[in-house]
This record gives sequence, C-alpha cells and structure tokens, in this order.
Amino acid sequence: MKQVLSGNEAIARGAWEAGVSFAVAYPGTPSTEILETVAASYKDDIYSQWSPNEKTAMEVGFGASVAGARTLVTMKHVGVNVAADPLFTMAYTGVGGGLVLVCADDPNLHSSQNEQDNRNYAKFVKMPLIEPSDSQEAKDFMAFAFDLSEKYDTPVMLRTTTRISHSKSIVEFGDRREPNKIGDLERNARKYTMLPGFARPKHPIIEDKLKAIAKVGSESCPLNRIEMGDTSVGIITSGISYQYAKEAMPKASFLKLGLTYPFPAELVKEFASKVDKVIVVEELDPFLEEQATLAGIEVDNGKDLFPICGELDPVMVANRLAGKAMNAVAPAPDLPIRPPVLCPGCSHRGVFTILKKLKVFVAGDIGCYTLGALPPLESMHTCLCMGGSITMAHGIAKVMGETYDRKNKVVAIIGDSTFFHSGVTGLIDMIWNDGNAVVIIQDNRITAMTGGQENPGTGHDLSGIESPQIDMEKLVVALGVKPANVRVVNSYNLKEVEDVMKEELDKPSPSVVITKEPCVLQFRIKEEPYRVDADTCTGCKVCIKVGCIALSINDEGDEPKAEIAAEFCTGCSVCAQVCKFDAIVK
Amino acid sequence: MKTTNILLAGVGGQGVLLASRILSEAALAAGLDIKQSEVHGMSQRGGSVMSHVRIGEEVHSPIVPEGECDILAGFEPLEGLRQAHAVKEGGVLLYSVDRINPSTVSAGFAQYPEDVEEQLKSFKCRTVAVPAVQYAEQVGNRRSANVVMVGVMSNFLEFSDDIWSQALTAAIPAKLLALNIAAFELGRKHI
Ligand SMILES: Cc1ncc(C[n+]2csc(CCOP(=O)(O)OP(=O)(O)O)c2C)c(N)n1
Ligand code: SF4
Ligand code: SF4
Repeated sequence: MKQVLSGNEAIARGAWEAGVSFAVAYPGTPSTEILETVAASYKDDIYSQWSPNEKTAMEVGFGASVAGARTLVTMKHVGVNVAADPLFTMAYTGVGGGLVLVCADDPNLHSSQNEQDNRNYAKFVKMPLIEPSDSQEAKDFMAFAFDLSEKYDTPVMLRTTTRISHSKSIVEFGDRREPNKIGDLERNARKYTMLPGFARPKHPIIEDKLKAIAKVGSESCPLNRIEMGDTSVGIITSGISYQYAKEAMPKASFLKLGLTYPFPAELVKEFASKVDKVIVVEELDPFLEEQATLAGIEVDNGKDLFPICGELDPVMVANRLAGKAMNAVAPAPDLPIRPPVLCPGCSHRGVFTILKKLKVFVAGDIGCYTLGALPPLESMHTCLCMGGSITMAHGIAKVMGETYDRKNKVVAIIGDSTFFHSGVTGLIDMIWNDGNAVVIIQDNRITAMTGGQENPGTGHDLSGIESPQIDMEKLVVALGVKPANVRVVNSYNLKEVEDVMKEELDKPSPSVVITKEPCVLQFRIKEEPYRVDADTCTGCKVCIKVGCIALSINDEGDEPKAEIAAEFCTGCSVCAQVCKFDAIVK
Repeated sequence: MKTTNILLAGVGGQGVLLASRILSEAALAAGLDIKQSEVHGMSQRGGSVMSHVRIGEEVHSPIVPEGECDILAGFEPLEGLRQAHAVKEGGVLLYSVDRINPSTVSAGFAQYPEDVEEQLKSFKCRTVAVPAVQYAEQVGNRRSANVVMVGVMSNFLEFSDDIWSQALTAAIPAKLLALNIAAFELGRKHI
C-alpha cells in the first residue's frame, strides 16, 4: 500500500513496523504529530503517552526500554536540552529494548526560540545519528535505528528538520516486526546503576562501539550510498540538503549519508578519491565538514557557500552549487506583514491588556501567550525557555528589592502546560528563597501553541481518555503559597483582573493568580458577536489597542469609526470593556 | 514529464493545508510522484501560511524553487501578491478576491495596499480573480472557499474528473463531501 505521509506520520508508521510497543513524548513543533499519529493509528499495538516534560519523557521511555520494550521517545530540538541529563548517561548504561530518540530541529526558527543543530548532541552524547531525507526514508530508517540500538546496546538519535517532519511524500508500507517478548524483570546493577565504579569501565566500551559503528557506516550500511556520476565534483550530504543538491546537480556524484555519526570516514575517503573535488552541502553547523577535515580528507569550505544560519532552499543551492542564475523578479515592495496574533476572543488578551495598563515588568514564558510581547499589547519583556518566567521573575525581584514603584515590580506569566513542564520547580525556588513576585498562570485548559494537546491539568491523557487531574490551586498552596494569595480570576473580566492584580502586587509574599477560561480556538467557543454603534463611537481607537483582528477602523465615512467583523468576533467582550463610550454593544 | 510547481498562499485558518492535501491525493491517484511542504506552528494564529506542492515523475525538493512556480493560488489577495514574484513568466496566478486585514492593518500600523489587484495583474503571468467566498456561500458554507480554489486550479492540471473525485473523497470527511464537491465544481466552471 502507498500513502502520502508527512515525515512525522511516516516515523509513527516506521515505529509500528519496527515492533515498537511504547512511545512517549512532550509536544513541540515540528515533532508533535509523531505521537499524535501513534495514538490515533496504532493505539492497539503501541502504548503512548504525553509526559509533563522532555526529561520525564526520556526517563519514562528509558524505563520501558529497561523492561524490554522497543521504545520511541520524541521531542523538538530544544526538548533535548531538557532531556539531556538522562540521555548522556543512557549512552553509558545502554538499553534493554531498542530505544530511538526522534528529535526534530527547526532551522530558520519557524516556531522555536533558537536554531541549535542537534546533530552535535549525537557526538556529545556519543550515540549514533540517523538522518532521513524524505518520508519513505523516515519510515524505513526507523527499523534500522531500532536494530542498531539493540545490536550495539545504545540509544540512537533519528534527527529530522521541519522540512522533513512537515513535508509529505509517498510512502510504501511494510509489515510489523514481532514486538520484543517481555519476560521477568532482570536485575543488572552493573549495567543500569551508574555509580562511578560501574560507570568508569563503560566509557571505553562506548568508544569501541563508536568505532565499530563507524565501520558499519563505511562498509555495510544501506543508509549510506555512493551515487556515481560526473566525477568533476563529489557532493557529500544528508537530510533535506540531499534533495536540494540532487535537484540542482542531478548528474554530479553523491555520497548520500543516512548514518552520519559516528562519521564513516573510510567511506568518505573512498568517495573523495574518486572525484576531483569534494564539497559538503549541509544546513546549519559544518557538522560533517568538520569531521571530514579532522579525518584528513580535503574538502572545499562548504560554509563559504552555504550559511550557518537559517535554512537552505533549492534556489540557493542551485545558484551557489551549480551557478544557476537566480530568478530576477523582485517581490512586491512594502507589503504590510501578517504576523501571528492571539486569536479573536483569546483568553490571554484581557490579562495582557491589564498588565500593559499596570506598567509592570513581565517575565514571560513560551506558549500562545508569548504573542503578548508583540504590538499593540507589548506587555511581555522576557521569554527565554520553558519555565523560565517564574525563576527569572524571582531573580529580577531579588535584585530590585522591596519597591512600591509599579514599573519595577515583576510579574511572571506562564501557561498551564508550561507550568507543569518546569514552572513548578521554579515556584518552589521562589517560595523557598523568600521571593516576592506575582505569578499568573494562564490555564486555558490545553497546550494551545502546539495545536491542542492534553496536559496534567486537563483531566485527559494523550488518547483523550479521562485521567486524574492535577489540581493547580491545591498544588501551589501545598508548595507554600499562602491560601489568601492564591486567586482565581475570570480573564474576561478586566476590572476583576485589575483589582486582584493590584492587591497581589502590594503583598510582601509570592502570589499566584490563576485564570481558567479555555482556549477559544481549541474548544471552538463562539458566542453572539459584538458590534460597534456608529453613532456612539467617537473613533478614539482605544479598542484597537487590545489587538484583536476582528476589530478595525473604517476610514471610509466622514469620521473614522471602529468596526467589528462578525464572522471573527467570538463575543468575548474585552474590547467592549475598554471602550469609554459604551459604543461596543451586542 | 516536467515537474509542476504549485504554491498556495493564504492566512492561518483558511484551509490552505486541506487544499494542498486534495492536490497531493490527486497526484497519488494519478500514479505520479509528489512532494508537499508547509510550515505550521505560529502561522495557525492568523499569520501568513504557505504550502508548496510539486507533482511530477520524480520530485526531489519539497520546496518550489522561487521563479519556477507554474500555478500560484492566493487564498487572499495580499497573500497572493506577497508570493507573486515566485511565478514564472507565463504561469498562472489565481487569487480569491476576498480581503482579510492583517493585524498590522486593523491595528492601524499599516495600510492594506488599495491597488492590490492592479499590482497582481502587473506580473508577467495570467491572472484569474476568483470570488471564492461568494461561490462557497452559494453551496452553503463559507469555509469551502478553499475547495473552490482547488476547483479553479483543476483547470490547469491534467487530471481527469475521476481522479479529482477520488482525491476529494480521500481528503474530505464523508459528511462534508457533497457540499465540497459542489464547491469544487463551481470553481472548476469558473474558467
Ligand atoms: C523545551 C521545549 N519544549 C517544547 C516546546 C514547544 N512548546 C512551545 S509552547 C508549548 C506549550 C504551550 O502551552 P501552554 O503553556 O499551555 O500555553 P498556551 O499555548 O496554551 O497558551 C510548547 C510545548 C518548547 N518551546 N520548548
Ligand atoms: S490558540 Fe487558543 S490560546 Fe492560542 S491564541 Fe488562539 S485562543 Fe489564544
Ligand atoms: S468582543 Fe471585541 S475583542 Fe472580543 S472577539 Fe469580539 S471584537 Fe475581538
């Protein structure tokens, strides 16, 4: 059977075919759909779950592997930073059932806070790295990755990029391998208990494994292949870069690598000896090129041609590799940009409207609410990493000391999924160390930014089945926030938000303000729309400052008037509350 | 056979991705190779969305090389204009006439280009204006404007009626199928 699948859907299929029986992840673009596909299409054969964060996902997955199951763990590139601690030592312990970490990088930061090249992790952790270049390979390479993991007793990383994960191509299906038989639990402290005395002897073993796998990569690995053509130039490439280069120079000689770490130096040497010159085409860091150079292989400086920053694209590759002329048509000039914005009716809007009015310093976090940093709301002043809001607020507040000046008061704002991800430990830090900041938890009942996943507070698991729900209010009280300082407010009631914020800002101990209004996009909330009464509207444009695309100013009449597009307005009332003339009505 | 390069440009929430899916299914049903690429994530929140579809005997890059686009479908005039330079000379530029203001315009930071249609017509390709929302309302669902656009595009792709019907059936849930076939037909007859 053949289907058009995205790289992510193909990875899910590949996991199923490889006999995986356990899959775990924390969502993150562009990796999220892998587990969603597992849960939707293979739920009878594969247990799957979201974890609260990538570190717990990695450890849960490792447990499953120790028990003998072939295990898939997925995350976005920055997720690996969170999961790095267990991952590094997993290279020492090795695995039980095969364990493959799929990590999805995001060159060009389509939806991320940085564009780190996670291939470097493979080298740093000392684990094999596999890079597919389309959906068929994404599926097929999974089986290879699991076999490699079990044969060499090591976790394996399969790395995609946005253009692999979110591109679709035709995939031919295969059958499912028998999953591993699960026997009684084996005790093997020397393997799994990394005391210094047990861990020390493992390190040379890892080095030997890497040498052995490099030999596989050079001699017998079906993922690495030479495609001989014109010998005046030889191109070494992997992942999506292969597709661009192949299209630019279909007749050139290629060394297409799928198993890119440990570096198959012998194969690269052999290839280099057959062509007049060698050039590496790769996105982001000169990962392959540096290793080729270290192995004493003479390569052209690929990074003179291709940037370290951002994505490659087919025109750039054709132009710089093959000297094909760039298209000369200029884009239409000066078009207004169309940035992403909070949806009409979004429950985050009212809170940012008030934070702006209060002129406090806002330490932000990652989620839809990060859009509160953009104009016209412009009321988020930092965003570093998931969970960083509360801890940064604590650090800032400690330095600023006791102050009654609102502009030097600090508020942290964090979403529900992000709070459970890594905000909880931050709050413990603030409470333990006698901090003082107001933490707003925007509990919109879902992980919205990544397309609507369940989280520990929603009462459902990945499959949508009812599950125990972590009670946020009880949790923060248990951590030590005074019950009187835990306030649940209605995010659509601006006066209530403002009054409560003022009260909590004046208290000398940490406060937690929680909103519970659900995400209007994910829960499809739409009530009777508001409209602008043109006779009452003075055209003052205050309503426009809430940044809702349902609202605009109509300049066509004698005087400018606000206008509401009924098909977009969800009837949330935020703009009506800021209008000083009661001109926005139902 | 030369690869056919298609770009679909619109606004988050307009169904650009479903439209791309219909095209991919048609290519699969016709036994051709297909690559489709899109970036989702932040673009779901009312930002610009773009999808690349490439159909041919053997397709490598999932991204349409700029300047080699055969068919551009702008699901919104400004979004069509933003990509118009990618269309090759002699290509086709379809656009839905229905404007959606970007947040930068509704917030008063920028002006929607009044001459957007004149600008679209200034590129060296065939332009086709499509009253997509009007057609979609005729079949009783504004949201089918995306399928109207696919109907218009079908005039420039050499797939039979049977292939299109297979593609629509594969991409669209059964209960919305009849309505969307009607939307597709209105688009197909637009030219
Ligand atoms: C370490 C890490 N993992 C995952 C992500 C991807 N990601 C960005 S925001 C987000 C969750 C946002 O959910 P929530 O905090 O509930 O806010 P909402 O989007 O619902 O407003 C995720 C998973 C990330 N940026 N960094
Ligand atoms: S998806 Fe939900 S949380 Fe995100 S901007 Fe839209 S309404 Fe707000
Ligand atoms: S009530 Fe106002 S702010 Fe809320 S969705 Fe409607 S137009 Fe937007």
